[in-house]
Amino acid sequence: MMVAASEILKPTGQKPAALTIDGLSLEFPTYAGAIKALDDVTIEIGASEIVGLVGESGCGKSVTTMAATRLLPEGRYRVTAGSIRLFGRDPFAMDETELQDVRGKLVSTIFQEPMSALNPTIRIGRQLVGVIQRHEAVSEAEAERTARGILKDMLIAEPERIMRAYPFELSGGMRQRVLIAMAFSCNPGLIIADEPTTALDVTVQAVILRLILDRAKRTGTSVVFISHNIAVVSQLCDRLYVMYAGRIVESGPTRAVLEAPQHPYTQALLRCLPERVEPKAELEAIPGTVPNLLDPPPGCFYRPRCPEANDQCFAKPPSMAPAPDHIVACWRRETIQPSIKASEATQ
Amino acid sequence: MMSVASSTTQSVAAAAGWKSRLHFFWYLTRRSPLTLVGAVIILMVIVMIVAAPLIAPYNPDKLMLSARLQPPSALHWFGTDEVGRDLFSRIIYGSRASCVAAFMIVLISVSIGVVIGCMSAILGGRIDTAIMRLMDVIMALPALVLAMALAAALGPSLVNSMLAVAMVRIPAYVRLARGQTLSLRERVFVKAARTFGASPLYILRWHVLPNAMSPIIVQATLDLGGIVLIAAALSFIGLGAQPPTSEWGALVSTGRNYILDQWWYCTFPGLAILITAMGCNLLGDGIRDMLDPRLGGR
Amino acid sequence: MTTAPLLNVEDLTVNFPIPGGWFGRATSHVHAVNKVDLTIRPGESLGIVGESGCGKSTLVQAIIGLVERSSGKVVIDGQDFHEARGRRKREIRQQMQIVFQDPQSSLDPRLPVWRLITEPLHVRGGMSKAALRARAAELAASVGLRPEHLDRRPYEFSGGQRQRIAVARAISTDPDLLILDEPTSALDVSVQAQIINLLLKLQRELGLAYLMISHDVSLVRHFCDRVAVMYLGQIVEAGPAVQVLDSPAHPYTRTLLATVPSLKHPLPELAATRVGELPNNRILPTGCYYRDRCSFAAAGCDRLQPLVEFGDRAGTVSMSPPDKAAWPRSVRCHRAQAGDI
Repeated sequence: MMVAASEILKPTGQKPAALTIDGLSLEFPTYAGAIKALDDVTIEIGASEIVGLVGESGCGKSVTTMAATRLLPEGRYRVTAGSIRLFGRDPFAMDETELQDVRGKLVSTIFQEPMSALNPTIRIGRQLVGVIQRHEAVSEAEAERTARGILKDMLIAEPERIMRAYPFELSGGMRQRVLIAMAFSCNPGLIIADEPTTALDVTVQAVILRLILDRAKRTGTSVVFISHNIAVVSQLCDRLYVMYAGRIVESGPTRAVLEAPQHPYTQALLRCLPERVEPKAELEAIPGTVPNLLDPPPGCFYRPRCPEANDQCFAKPPSMAPAPDHIVACWRRETIQPSIKASEATQ
Repeated sequence: MMSVASSTTQSVAAAAGWKSRLHFFWYLTRRSPLTLVGAVIILMVIVMIVAAPLIAPYNPDKLMLSARLQPPSALHWFGTDEVGRDLFSRIIYGSRASCVAAFMIVLISVSIGVVIGCMSAILGGRIDTAIMRLMDVIMALPALVLAMALAAALGPSLVNSMLAVAMVRIPAYVRLARGQTLSLRERVFVKAARTFGASPLYILRWHVLPNAMSPIIVQATLDLGGIVLIAAALSFIGLGAQPPTSEWGALVSTGRNYILDQWWYCTFPGLAILITAMGCNLLGDGIRDMLDPRLGGR
Repeated sequence: MTTAPLLNVEDLTVNFPIPGGWFGRATSHVHAVNKVDLTIRPGESLGIVGESGCGKSTLVQAIIGLVERSSGKVVIDGQDFHEARGRRKREIRQQMQIVFQDPQSSLDPRLPVWRLITEPLHVRGGMSKAALRARAAELAASVGLRPEHLDRRPYEFSGGQRQRIAVARAISTDPDLLILDEPTSALDVSVQAQIINLLLKLQRELGLAYLMISHDVSLVRHFCDRVAVMYLGQIVEAGPAVQVLDSPAHPYTRTLLATVPSLKHPLPELAATRVGELPNNRILPTGCYYRDRCSFAAAGCDRLQPLVEFGDRAGTVSMSPPDKAAWPRSVRCHRAQAGDI
């Protein structure tokens, strides 16, 4: 059974995977007990793949990638099980210099708030040149030329003006483009985009997504795209993972998952989008709230909100098992029909 | 990346309610035992002030000329002074003058400062500018010199010195309260209250003061330590409590005459001042850490 | 059936002075809202969509009195809200309430729920504590909160429950109009659905009118009867929500809708998204405000464009029956009027 599951998840390329997370469990100790942020999370990002991590706030999607790049505050979390391989290497076995090296050359992260990732007191040009020179032994002039080239690639009309500007002089969309330029500047193998467009307007968001998509396809860079917005992920990603309360509940090729969702949570998430129903009709809200991860319920974490739950769902958490074209973690997958299809909404 | 951890901590604190606040206090005490030390010191000083007659073995003003300048012994724990009064008892009673004075100074400057600060922020414009410039002037006055001037004009007394010190401390609270008011005024819940037609006074009473109080209380606790020192200094130079009232600064001042041969005379009142001031600072730091959500989960 | 309008906004303009000169004198202005007209009738919902900086937030803040208008009128019940004074002003205030975007910041963290819910009544005065509590219990029940919630403080609630508290507060004075400032954008989609259902239920039960601003086009299409699209402080297109959002006429509305992420269509090509930044709103452009970014710009676009009633493609002005769903469409673009787009 598991063989079949991993068969489906196998990336198509022959190159080794960019990121493999295998059965990762991670918790944050607090005074009130341990918050079980991740539970048995298995993810594989193949070479040149664009993969989405979708879920509501607090489901652990950011924690997953931050753990992989060791960006979580040291000493404030505990890995209780599982392993991570970043281009075949274990980030937990690296020392600080190796990590710096990996974070700059192999993996780049784009965060939601671009202002926090830029130094407010240094001109954009200098920051770009600094990043380029840190990873390639090139002259100042050459680095500057490279920087200008990348900014042009980001469809920035006047790269000269932008390079002379300080971060605060730019709009949010422009800053995010500069950051994407920076992320691609040293040709990383993997880009982690953590809600990079959530703070931006839709017209700007469309530009940013296009830029990420085109550039990644052209350079063969793998992308992990984290978002709470299923529509954005559907437009951008080849495959996706749906997370709920620190667990992966469903994953597979984007079309397969969204057209025939098997997990009740994925189905409910799609059903509560207003674009799927008649104006003013009742939206299908998910009753209840996400479980408290200090004291999660036994069995399936979605069980308290799930209309399909039975005794089996109490007993123990479901493991990932194949559904048509993708895999799903649900005990009731045999009986649940893929009730809605993304294409149905397309009238 | 810090935000992930801190927001989880916050939401946990939020989810669990007041019961976990108790937990939280213990957690903090375990993690920062110095806060506990500060709290115990302040508690002891309060007990001393309230229950002085029960604790002190002797009448602090009773002369015993036969037992002048006795070194510490089982009979007189901290020794006796130049007229044979028991120093332990005088220090216990002295806490009343010293600490109550410091507390009153803080109370006066906080209440006046907060009122002026909030008014200044709400009225704004020229009045605000005028008030803030006046505060700059007051801030530039040295507390001790002002106290001496007042003493020269009105005669030396504890109350006059207290007023002088309180006046110099006011600007600090004006600035703090004004800053808090200005930032709270921009908060959405205050905007919401404005759309209900709430008057500035209503907003001050129900939204600004309750939310501005915690940083002000922290500042006041931290200040208390420094003011215990200033009050002692005033008495030391003869502008504070007048004899025969027992006061720590005054005790150090008289003891200074005997510092070479009778070490205990200066040492014990000095230690009392030191420990009390330190207790205030430790407790103030602890409260600040406790109220600051960013430090909460550390 | 033509009912008297609840709210009439006429020619509303808001400029913010930018202090820059000596002695803090304003040297230039930010033109946030430029001559906006809109009408809301009892029981209907009007949505305002647009990008950040288009002036939609300033518009509602000016309507509810949080921002001073520069010119124009906000007429409620036949009286200009900004001119009213004293008791009359307070009466008008009670008729419209606002629900803010982020319930975390719009609720005072130090007050218990019953006190938060009844704050508008408490401000008005004249009710005993027991009466306020009784009213709070009633309101809490109508938004789906339980009686034991009344004595808790906001931090003990989830985002969705907090927004329920904010809604309960907004309906405490029995208003006729609720202004919703991105009421669900701080919430997860599953919770958003709960709040939207609640607001629709309250509208049915209480006959409320809504003025909702949002950047979420599909939500506005679902929730609102009519929609107005704003760009640079102007309404560029308005009309029945489904019509405008399904077949936009103004080039800006088209761009906006093409870029909205959707399960229905793939990511647009860059040509369609018109890479560009919002023009500076300190110096208003001459002619059509959208001209510089518009792919249909042609001769005649250098004239200031009026908002004109818009028929179907053929150019015939549709005189549809005067029921609510068929409100006239209007668009601020001569090329769309001429059927060139």
